[in-house]
Amino acid sequence: MSLDKKYPKEIKQLLAKYPPEHKRSAVMPLLYLAQREEGYVNKEAMQDIARILDITETEVASIVGFYSLYHDKKAGKYRMQVCTDLPCALRGADEFLNNLCENLGIKVGETTEDGLVTLESVMCLAACDRAPMFQTQGPDGIKYHEYMTVDRTMELIDALKKAEKEGKE
Amino acid sequence: MSHVLLRHRDIPDLNTLSVYKKNGGFAAFKKAVSKMQPNEVTDVVKNSGLRGRGGAGFPTGMKWSFIDNKNWPHYVVANADESEPGTFKDREIMESNPFQFLEGLAIASYAVGATVAYIYLRGEFWQVAAFLDEKIAEMEEAGFLGDNLFGTEYSLKIFTHLGAGAYICGEETALLESLEGKRGQPRVRPPFPPSYGLYGKPTIINNVETFTNVPMILANGADWYKSMGTADSSGVKIFSLSGRVRKPGNYELPFGTTFRQLIYEYGMGVQDGRPVKAIMPAGASSSLIVVDDKVLDTPMDYATVRTLGADLGSASVIVLDDTVDIDWVVNKTIHFFKHESCGKCTPCREGNYWMRNLTERIHSGAGSQGDVDLLLNVAKQMQGKCLCALGEFSTMAVVTGIERFPQDFKKAVKA
Ligand SMILES: Cc1cc2nc3c(=O)[nH]c(=O)nc-3n(C[C@H](O)[C@H](O)[C@H](O)COP(=O)(O)O)c2cc1C
Ligand code: SF4
Ligand code: FES
Repeated sequence: MSLDKKYPKEIKQLLAKYPPEHKRSAVMPLLYLAQREEGYVNKEAMQDIARILDITETEVASIVGFYSLYHDKKAGKYRMQVCTDLPCALRGADEFLNNLCENLGIKVGETTEDGLVTLESVMCLAACDRAPMFQTQGPDGIKYHEYMTVDRTMELIDALKKAEKEGKE
Repeated sequence: MSHVLLRHRDIPDLNTLSVYKKNGGFAAFKKAVSKMQPNEVTDVVKNSGLRGRGGAGFPTGMKWSFIDNKNWPHYVVANADESEPGTFKDREIMESNPFQFLEGLAIASYAVGATVAYIYLRGEFWQVAAFLDEKIAEMEEAGFLGDNLFGTEYSLKIFTHLGAGAYICGEETALLESLEGKRGQPRVRPPFPPSYGLYGKPTIINNVETFTNVPMILANGADWYKSMGTADSSGVKIFSLSGRVRKPGNYELPFGTTFRQLIYEYGMGVQDGRPVKAIMPAGASSSLIVVDDKVLDTPMDYATVRTLGADLGSASVIVLDDTVDIDWVVNKTIHFFKHESCGKCTPCREGNYWMRNLTERIHSGAGSQGDVDLLLNVAKQMQGKCLCALGEFSTMAVVTGIERFPQDFKKAVKA
């Protein structure tokens, strides 16, 4: 189903934020909408957005390529993005990420076998006083997890797993 | 002393409309719209000495007075991109004292004749944006936003807009490009936004913290505001303190507070009681300051920090103790800037690529003194040649790191 058929109400609301002659401004919110279900923007969605906003598909693709929170490939259902930037690294973020890798048995950039979690290392998230921290990017948007330990992170992943199982049953 | 900006720390539930109203909320906006001419509002802000809190410290009232009144409509945009490593103050304001920020944004819009304002938030502030959307809806409901405000001709709408993970979108012209639905790459300036901004229309862009000062200035007067801080930098500032301190966090203090007070009185000193080796006062974009007793006793305002060979910038103070190797720090900052360079101009794009290769090699122990010399040379070659300040920022820690901490680099290439 095309994006405008699936989310007519949301799209109308988003377009209302900008002057009609500048509806191109809605490209970023529309990309978030397109990414909602599968965690990445597929080709059809890019075509839909280009059509809705009267811009070319290449222009839409170049926006996807420019910004790090848009993805054009499928990954784990949740991207777990650990901040390892300077202030967090001064408070143990690198060790935290290494330990997490060991516990999950994956490297940075890889996805757990069940397809649930992709582990990533990212730049400052404006939570430098609460390191170690990460955000999860998933179907329900972006959430912050602060003052984290490996144990608490494993608990979070278990909870996600459980929710996933229950959702499927 | 009670807070001017982080007032939620003194007043519980300040992020609810009723509590905010009970504590004087929206009286300043009402007074501006119903009793003052727009230029009178701008004059109060001018007289207060308020300077922009986004990094450059530009006088806010003066910026507002630059708005081009021959070209309409006008826009006001709040810069809530907050992506400088070490900065986390705007987030606390928006989460805990949102109405004061929104009221400041509304007052600014009235002062420059804008009927639409946008808040550009970094994409990671997804939850913050949803929260602000609720608060904006409450303001509409209560008659503080919408048509014919306070029974006057003036109307105003505020919208949030989420970025998607790009530090460069904090640069004001890149932000505008992004808000227009394009890649966030800086524009060639001039023209500056007050004459050519969003959709080519006159636009005022200020930082979240800058706006948050405005209702208090209007309520209490310019002289009250000027009675805090220093002659160079009036008022209060939120210092985001991070790194090797015992108690990192946001501290709202008058300009002129010393580094020592911030680190030892508020931050409770350095972890494990170690000495401070270096300070980065403006996040990853900082010059590295070599710390001694004199430096610790330096008052923090824009002019005085400059005498230490650094800029105060966004006042994101990163503390490094004597266990931290500066070659490691520089490797971290260059990792950041290489990732965030938008690629529009060659010196920054290529320069950061080469600097990254060199810092990585030096830090891994595989480098030579020749690599360190080359790194310094690449950074110096970039200076003054980049289209926007990001390119310049990327060289700061490299140049000051190598020049002020040569022993760390000697050790790294010997090891
Ligand atoms: C690379 C770069 C990143 C910036 N990031 C931010 C930011 O995250 N937030 C901000 O308010 N200003 C940022 N600025 C400064 C803005 O360009 C602009 O000067 C500021 O928003 C103006 O507001 P002010 O006058 O209230 O400080 C950045 C500038 C550069 C060059
Ligand atoms: S200096 Fe860097 S970030 Fe700025 S325009 Fe040039 S490439 Fe882009
Ligand atoms: S460095 Fe990690 S949140 Fe700022």
